[in-house]
Order: sequence, then C-alpha cells, then structure tokens
Amino acid sequence: MFTFGDSWYLVLAAIIFAIGAVGLIVRRNPLVMFMCVELMLNAVNLTFVAFGNLLGDVGGQTVVFFVLVVAAAEVVVGLAIIVAIMRRRAEANADDVSLLRG
Amino acid sequence: MSGPSVLAAALQDVLIEPAPGFEVPSIDWAGIAPNLILMLGSILLLTVVSVLKRRVPSWFAPVWTISAAVAAGCAVVPLWQRFADTGPETLVGGAVGLDGFSLFATVVVCIAVVFVALLLADYLPRESLESPEWYVLVLLSASGAVTMASADDLIVLFVGLEILSVAAYVMTAMHRRRVTSQEAGLKYFVLGAFSSAFLLYGIALTYGATGSTNLAEIQAFLAGDVVTQNALLLGGLAFMLVGLGFKVGAVPFHSWAPDVYQGAPTPISGYMAGAVKLGAFAALLRVFVVAFGPAYRQEWQPLVAVLAVLSLVVGAFAAISQTNVKRMLAYSSINHAGFILLGVLAASAAGTESALFYLLAYTFMAAGSFAVVTVVGRTGEHRQSLEDYRGLASVRPGLALVFTVLLLSQAGVPLTVGFLAKLYVVTAAVESGFDWVAVVAMLTAVVSAFMYLRIVATMYFADAPEGAPALRIPAATGVALGLSVVGVLLLGIVPGPVSDWANEAVAQLVVAAP
Repeated sequence: MFTFGDSWYLVLAAIIFAIGAVGLIVRRNPLVMFMCVELMLNAVNLTFVAFGNLLGDVGGQTVVFFVLVVAAAEVVVGLAIIVAIMRRRAEANADDVSLLRG
Repeated sequence: MSGPSVLAAALQDVLIEPAPGFEVPSIDWAGIAPNLILMLGSILLLTVVSVLKRRVPSWFAPVWTISAAVAAGCAVVPLWQRFADTGPETLVGGAVGLDGFSLFATVVVCIAVVFVALLLADYLPRESLESPEWYVLVLLSASGAVTMASADDLIVLFVGLEILSVAAYVMTAMHRRRVTSQEAGLKYFVLGAFSSAFLLYGIALTYGATGSTNLAEIQAFLAGDVVTQNALLLGGLAFMLVGLGFKVGAVPFHSWAPDVYQGAPTPISGYMAGAVKLGAFAALLRVFVVAFGPAYRQEWQPLVAVLAVLSLVVGAFAAISQTNVKRMLAYSSINHAGFILLGVLAASAAGTESALFYLLAYTFMAAGSFAVVTVVGRTGEHRQSLEDYRGLASVRPGLALVFTVLLLSQAGVPLTVGFLAKLYVVTAAVESGFDWVAVVAMLTAVVSAFMYLRIVATMYFADAPEGAPALRIPAATGVALGLSVVGVLLLGIVPGPVSDWANEAVAQLVVAAP
C-alpha cells in the first residue's frame, strides 16, 4: 500500500515529533517548551495529512483543523500562566518554579 | 415531528448550507441534551455576568452551576429510558454514543460539579478570589468530561479531552496570590500538553493503520481483516496508552499529579480527582476495552497490568512518607487509579461496571476529603501538614468524624462504599485471570490503610496545638461534607440500586447508519 515516496512524509513527521519530545524534556525555558509542544502537534498534523493522502480519505485532512484550534487554545492558556508567573519574578525558568516537591 | 426537532431542522437549513456532494449529518439534539446543558450553561453564565458585571449577586454563579448540573443529571433520565427501550445508539453521524456507559458517566460528572460548586461558594470569598469565571470553567470542563465519556470517534475524544484539560489547567493556576498554584498550573500545562501530543500521535497512527478514527469502524476493521500494518497499530496503541496514562495519573506517568494536587486550589484538587479522572478513565475504557478489546486484548493487557501494579505500589508507599495531608491524598489518588486500572485490565463487562462504580465512589470520597482539607487549611491554605490535624477531634469532633469516615472508606473498610468498590474491581480482575495483580492490589490496600489510620490517629490521639486560629465550617461546605458522608455510607450499606444501574452501563459501539 505504501510507496517509498509517500512514507517519507511519515518519517519526517516522526522525526519532528521526536525533536519536539526531546526538546521539551531537555530545555528549561517554558517558552521554548511550548514551541516544542507545537512542534509535536504539527508533526501529528503532518502524519494525519500524509495518511489521509495515502488512504484517499478526506477525514485525515479535516482532523488538522481541529488540532490547529486546540493548539491555539492551549497556547493562549500557557502564555497566560507564564505571564502570571513572570509578574512575580523577573525571569521565567522551569527550574525556578520548584516549591512543590517531596 | 415534535416542536423542538422542527425548529432544529429549520435552524440547520438556515445555518448550514452544505457544499455540493457533502452530506451534513442529522443532529439529534435531544440525545446530546446533558452535554448541551452543561456547555450552554457555561456560555450563558459567562454572557450574563459579562453583561451585568457587578450587579450580579455573589450567590448567582454557584446556584446557576448547581442548577445546570442538576438539570443535566435530570436530562439523563429520559435518555436512560430511551436507551432501555431501544438499546445503544450512535448520534451525530457516528461521533457521539448514547449508551448506558456514557449516561452513567454523565451523572457522575454532574455529582462532581455539584460538590465543587458548593466548595467554591465558600472558598472563593475566603480567599478573596470571587469571580464567576471559576464556575464557567467548571461547567466547561464538565462538558469536556461528558464529551470524552460519550465519544464514538477518536477525534471527538481528543477534543473532549482538551476542553476538559485546558479548563483544568486554568483552574489550577487561578489562585493569583499563591505562587504554588501558578507553579502547579505551569507543570500541569506543560506535562498535559506533552501527553495530549502523545495521545494525538497515537490516534494518527491508529488512523493510518485502520483507515478510520471512528471507534465502531475500528472495531469492525480489527474484527474482520488481518491487519497489515501491525507495527503501526501497536505503536498507535502504545502512544494512546501513554497519553491517557498521563491523564489518569498512572505510574510511571504520575510525576505531575502530587505537585498539581498540592498546588491547585483545594476544591479544584477534589474536582480533578473526580471528574478529570473520570473523563480519562472513560476514554481508556471506551478505546481499549470496547474498540480494541475483542481483537487486541492480548497486546495491551500486559502494559496495563504493569501500569496498574506500579500505580498501586508507588501510590501506597509514597503516600506513607509524606507529611502534607493534601499530598498524601494526591498519592492515594494514584493508588486509587491503580485500583480502577484493575477494572480496565479485566477487559470485560464486569470490569467496566466495577471501574464505573469505583469512579462514582471515589468522586464522593475525594470531594469530601478535599473539603476537609479546604476547611482545615484556613485562609491562604497554609495549614496542610499532618501537624495541623493534631487534636482535631477535640476542637471539631464532627469534622474529625466526617474525615474519619471518608478515610476509612478510602482504606476500604466494610460498610463503606470504598470496600465494595475495591471488592468489585478485584473480583473483576480475578475473573479475567489476573490473580497476581489482584493480590498486589490487596497488599497495597493494607499499606495505604496504614497511611489513612495515621491521619485518624493524629486527629484523635494527639493534643491540639495552642493558639491555632479558630476553625469555621461554612454552610455550603457543611452541606458538601454531609452529602459526601451520606453518599459514602448509603452506597456502602445499600449499594443495590446503584450497582444494578452500573451493571447495565456497559459501553457498546453501534455502526452509524449510512
């Protein structure tokens, strides 16, 4: 079913997803972490579009709209939380917010 | 045709002009009424308070929220009758399921909403945080949980999860003066978004392997054909399990849970333990047990067994070493998640029923326990450590008794609902041949009973510290505490009606009519 050319999109998406996942784990700046989440979500979008194309199904492409809206809503909330924290401290760094542990 | 449906059809004609060759699914508005009531209740509340601003009395938002939850719960009754008469259905072009499972879950979510609204009504004035947005977000997230529990399509499930989670992120971070609340919000958000991405990637791989995101079509595909893209499908399953495992707080994806439960405003912690867990478990049951259960049980059951055992053990042992009561309850919720995973693991009708019953029981126990923590924490929530519970029984005997009942129920003492809930899930797991997991569960129940009894002993056998500020139990919180204890005891002594009802609440997938 899969030809060599088409599956390249899936491989690319998997690589982007992995970059996002690793980036989120190793980076400490919340803004960069958000970007990594975006990277992961858009890698999924690419996967959906590639599969939709391969399967000849329009469903895979309509999913992308839902994901875009969800990603936008998530970013709004995430930035609002960062702004709330930055009002208290000069710089936002994930290592600075570490009161909760145990 | 009845009045509302004529109106709905007319609305649809006016509002939606389909593109040529595109068939708009007919929308059964009555069938999704509970979800609509919660969603519209949220949006209407936001509109009303935005227009009237300060002229809205402070009791309005909590009363509105409770009314909406009760109305949504009442809207389940005719739908249950319809389900009993005609069997399970799928609505809105195969996207939303109407079956016993989704209706039962809807009622549990409504109960959680009533509890959190009662607690917030006292908590927000105490912390000088009064604003109606809290209630808007509660109703919105409840609607997300109902959407998840009734999703017949993986994309609907994902959208429901995001409605639920995004509202929960905001509520976690919304205590503006407590830096721990914002820290918890940031952690919850980053890890939640991370897990959502995993879930979504799992959905994408499943779509690639089966050619559909519709659960009924996936089930039919798996039953009928030899799956050619097996690696793809297994990858999709694994990614979805990671995503949903994060949301239910199963070990090893639990790292966010103690911090978030501790940092979030306490009534919201109780709500997360009830409704948010319910949404995630409902999704887990619907996807894994129902859609992937018949054909792919062998593949995912070992993974879920590992998650269950780790959650049970880590939740029980980590709770013992804590000194903060709120954090203890957070770890105990991980232990409870392990128990509920036993119901998922069973992959049977009995397992699904027992998991639902456990979620109902835990909603009562969590709401009551976190209500006690709210009261004892006093203004600013500074008094959460075990020290602050010393001698509570001599200062506030009623409160100490209520907390004792709730903790004993969580420990699984007979005559409380916690005992029956544990019994049902363990029985279901044994019936499906997972005896060793059931044994582990029973052993961890003993370990966590030690932790619960430690709190009880502190309340009863230690002297009250001198000079602690007076404890006040506001009216609405008192009602919530009373309801939770009545629920825990009533369900524990006469479980018959509710467990019979849960027995019929098994999710079924119906292929949409073309």
